[in-house]
This record gives sequence, C-alpha cells and structure tokens, in this order.
Amino acid sequence: MNLAMHFAIAPIVIPALAAPLALLVMRRRRRLGITISFVSCLAMLAAAIGLMIQSRDGIVRTYELGGWEAPFGIVLVTDRLAAIMLVLAAVLALLALLHAVVTKADRDGWHFHPLLQFQLLGLNGAFLTGDLFNLFVFFEVLLIASYGLMVHGQGSARLKAGVQYVVVNIIGSSLFLIALGLLYSLTGTLNMAQMGLRIAAIGPDDQWLLRVAALLLVSVFALKAALVPLHLWLPRTYAVATPAVAALFAIMTKVGVYSLIRVVPQVLGDDAGSAAWAPAPYLLPAAILTAVVGFAGVFVARRLSEQAAYAIIGSTGTLMIAVAAWQVDTLGAALYYLIHSTLAGAALFLIADVVARRRASFADTISSGPAFCQRQTVGLLFLAATIATVGLPPLSGFIGKLLIMESVADTASWGWAWGAILLTTLAGVIGFARAGSAIFWKEGPVSDGAEPSHPARSDMAAPVIALILLVALSAGAGPATGFANSAAAQVLDASATARAVLGDG
Amino acid sequence: MITLEFLVASAIGVLVAGGIYLSLRGRTFQVVLGLTLFSYAVNLFLFASGRLVVNRAPIWSKTVTEYADPLPQALVLTAIVITFGMTALAVILMLRSFLETGSDQVDGVPCDDAEDEPS
Repeated sequence: MNLAMHFAIAPIVIPALAAPLALLVMRRRRRLGITISFVSCLAMLAAAIGLMIQSRDGIVRTYELGGWEAPFGIVLVTDRLAAIMLVLAAVLALLALLHAVVTKADRDGWHFHPLLQFQLLGLNGAFLTGDLFNLFVFFEVLLIASYGLMVHGQGSARLKAGVQYVVVNIIGSSLFLIALGLLYSLTGTLNMAQMGLRIAAIGPDDQWLLRVAALLLVSVFALKAALVPLHLWLPRTYAVATPAVAALFAIMTKVGVYSLIRVVPQVLGDDAGSAAWAPAPYLLPAAILTAVVGFAGVFVARRLSEQAAYAIIGSTGTLMIAVAAWQVDTLGAALYYLIHSTLAGAALFLIADVVARRRASFADTISSGPAFCQRQTVGLLFLAATIATVGLPPLSGFIGKLLIMESVADTASWGWAWGAILLTTLAGVIGFARAGSAIFWKEGPVSDGAEPSHPARSDMAAPVIALILLVALSAGAGPATGFANSAAAQVLDASATARAVLGDG
Repeated sequence: MITLEFLVASAIGVLVAGGIYLSLRGRTFQVVLGLTLFSYAVNLFLFASGRLVVNRAPIWSKTVTEYADPLPQALVLTAIVITFGMTALAVILMLRSFLETGSDQVDGVPCDDAEDEPS
C-alpha cells in the first residue's frame, strides 16, 4: 500500500486530529485555534481535490479500515459522487470559517473551531463510508456537533430552536436504527454493496418486512433532507443559528439527499423485490410539495435569514424533482444543481448577516429602515445571490434548472415537474424582489435611536467568494455537468460498485 | 404459553408506545423520558435483530456448530453509547433552555396554569 492509497482516509483523519488540537489551544490562544482550523480545512480541500482527480478514471476505489476485508470490515468507498461531496463540504467549511473569523462570530462561544472540525469529520465520513451502520455513526457525529454549533452564541431563541432540533433528530436516529435492525435481520449484512446483492434472495414471506424497512430508511433520509412533510424542523432552526453556522448547515440537507442517491440504487435497486425503488412513487409528489412550500416560505418570510432557510427547502425540493426519476441524465442534472444550491444557500445566509450587521436594530427584518452604509454594494451582492437562488440567467441556478427541466422532459410526469419548477421560480423572484426593494430601495422611519454600525467591508469577503464560485460554476458548466453525469452513471451502476467493494467473487 | 419472542416483542411494544406518548407531550422533562424509553425499545429491537436464541456460543467454540450472532451486540453497544451521549446533551440543552426562557415547554411558550395539565 503506497501513500496515495491512503488518501481516502485523509478527509476523516484530518478533522479528527485538528478538533482536539483546536480544543486544547483555543482557550488561551484564539489565533492558534483559527490557524489550526484553517490549515485543517485547506488540507481537507486538498485531499478532496486529490480524490476527485483520482476518481476521474471511473474506478470505484475502496479503502479497508484496519485491513479487514469487506464485507467483514468497514470499507470506505471513493467514487465520483463521494469526491464531489467532499470538495463541496471542504469549500463550504472554508467559507463558513472565513465568515465566522472575520465577523468574530467564533468568539461568541468557546468551542466553535473544535465543533466545526467534528462536524466536518461527520460529514466527510458519511460521504465516504460504504457501510450502513457506519453511515448511522457518522450521522450521529455530524448531528452531535451540529447541536453544539446550532446553539453557538446562545440566546433564548437559539436554545428553544435547538431543543426542537435535537428532539426531532434523536427520533430520526432511532427510526434509522429500527430500519437498520430490520435490514440486518433480513440480509445478515450491513455492507451496502453486499446488502444490495443479498436483498434479491429474500423469500416471499419477508417481502412486507423488507418494504417496511426500506420505507423507514427512506423516511429518515427524507427527514434529514427536509422534504415535505418532514420539513418543519428546518426553517426555525436555520433562521436563528449563527449565520456562519447556517451557511455550513446548507450542506446538511444535502447529506440526506446524498444518502438517498447512494443507498437507493445500491440497496433498493431492481432486484430488491417489494422494496425495488420503494421511494419512487412518493418521492416526486413530496419533492414538488417541498419546492412549493419552500418558495411560498420565501414569499412570506419576515426576515432575510428565514427567507434563506425557506430557499434551502425550496431548492432541495427542486433537486429532488430531478432525483425522483432515477435516470442517469436526471441524476446528473440533480448533482449539478446540488452543488449550485448548496453554495447559493450559503451565500444567502452570509449576505443576510452582512445586512443585519449594518442595520442596527432593524437587523435582517424585511422592512424599510434608515439608509445604512455600503447599501449599494450589499444590495448588489443580495441581487446576485437571489438571482442564483431562484435560477435566473446568467448564474448557475438557471443552468441547473434548465438541465433538470430538460432531463425530466421525457418522464411520464414531466408536466407536474415543469409546472412546479416554473411556478416556484416565479414565487421566488417576487419574494426576493419584495425583500430587496424593502431593504435596499425604500427608506422607512428613522430608527429608534440605536446607532447604525459601520462594519468594515471585510465581512463581505465570504459571500463574495461564494458568488465567485457560483460564477465559476456557471462558466465551467460544461466540465461540471460532464463530471456530474459520469458520477450519476457510476452511482446507478450498482453492480460495478458491488464488484469493486466485494471483489469479483 | 409465554414464549421468549412474545416477551421481547411485547416489551418493545410497550416501550415504544410509552416513548411515543411521552415524546409528544409539551414539557421537556417528559419528552426526555419519552426519548429515553424509545431508545431503550430501539436497543432491544436491535438486539433481537440477530434472532432470539439461548445458550449458544457468541464467536467460536470447538464443540458447537451453531452460533449466536455477535454483530447485533456490537451494534447495540454502539447505539447505547450514542444514545447515552445524546440524552445527556438533550437534558443539558433543555435545562439551559428552561433557565434562559423560564418555560419548560418544548416550543418555549409559557402556558397558563389553567391549561396546564396536572403532571
């Protein structure tokens, strides 16, 4: 085994080392903690890009932890999809970290940097693992870190929302365990690839149990992805979280989407008897409702951060409309839109914070207040981020939605999908235009005496970088969609993955 | 005749029922108890997912050919540790929330004494 083969474990080892280190030095030396956090995130990004380059040849690589052969040991599986998600997580972490450090939000509590690293440990692990129980464990790692990050900065609103977030997720985790127990008792394995092979051999007597297990598992992932009707936990939680944290959380719903994309073709594919593509009939209606509810929320939100949270729900819905068809071209379009919507959602949260920092007591409420400093620049940033989010040309949201609509055009229910996407786009445009004109154009009553603050322009750095990345994603749409399509083809070819994981035997 | 299967299944059923009922209550303490009961049920369920057998060797023994499945036990151990940590965190969070907002309702809204159900 040479060093390059150990690349796969790097995205898990790096944050696992950085987190305790940051915890040790944080209290005395904030700068050192920041340095550790940045170095760790950069190293993770480098490792993720390395894995992405490695995965270009289309080979599914496995890494056997402790040298235990699959299916007896736990394997990490790196393919194109995992590489995309790893790069996305590392980029988003850097943006969130940069914004937290620049706005000094990491000083609001003691443990921002260690928690951020543990969060990344969970995220990266979930993207890499090829074992269903291990996926649960990494889910718990990322959740327990997210509980800490969620209440970072304290305050009663955060604690209240935090309690609900924790309760919902503990119940979600319990259901995940029940589904795992059922699947294990039916197939006798937890390795996803082997489960996918063994699931075909389940007898007719146990088919109903298999279906229950499959639908439970899918429901848990839908809860993480905040699909309607399991979306109610998200808006309040994300809207009150520290903005840098909320920006990072933009990828949390995508973990649910990722798990669906990973597990359904691999385990619940054509051979799975009564559970074959079990979520298929429910996913499209749920996705359409999610898109509608999300952008309706954008329409009625009272604060920019609330609006951003609903935009996350809406974009997940749009994304799932494409995923629900389970074809190579729809899934490819979905992956491109996934990258875009994560970055755009993060940018919206960061800009909401930039606005809030300038408007004193008006904060990020969608109401007209007195003029504030750098209003034009902030307004332009908001415009760009909303263009990206709702999917107007020229940014990548437009390309993503176009790709999704083109790819679902030959499915049976294309009318519903097109209608939902076009209507929600319109609702989004109006909702954001209303917010923008209230905040950036109109001047309302002079404030209640609170002195408007004049923060330095440096706090716009993170949102600007996020927008530049979106521009790059639009300009490089050709290569990006090419990679996304090949990743989709690789994910849907479950038997090739199974051969790679289990050997040819 | 009360079989082992019946005992385990009814224990899980009772725990789940109690857990769901308490989780849906409005007060944080009851919710914590509900989550705990629910997670006990899940742990028992996981334990049973390797089939219920008695008097069998877990990993290896020279003399026997039939084994109990050791994997669910490892899974349960992991699940217990994780649930324990989660419960501790939930308790602390709810305590902080109570101290900060002065209300032990899950939605943080203090309810009138008239509406308050006796607990």
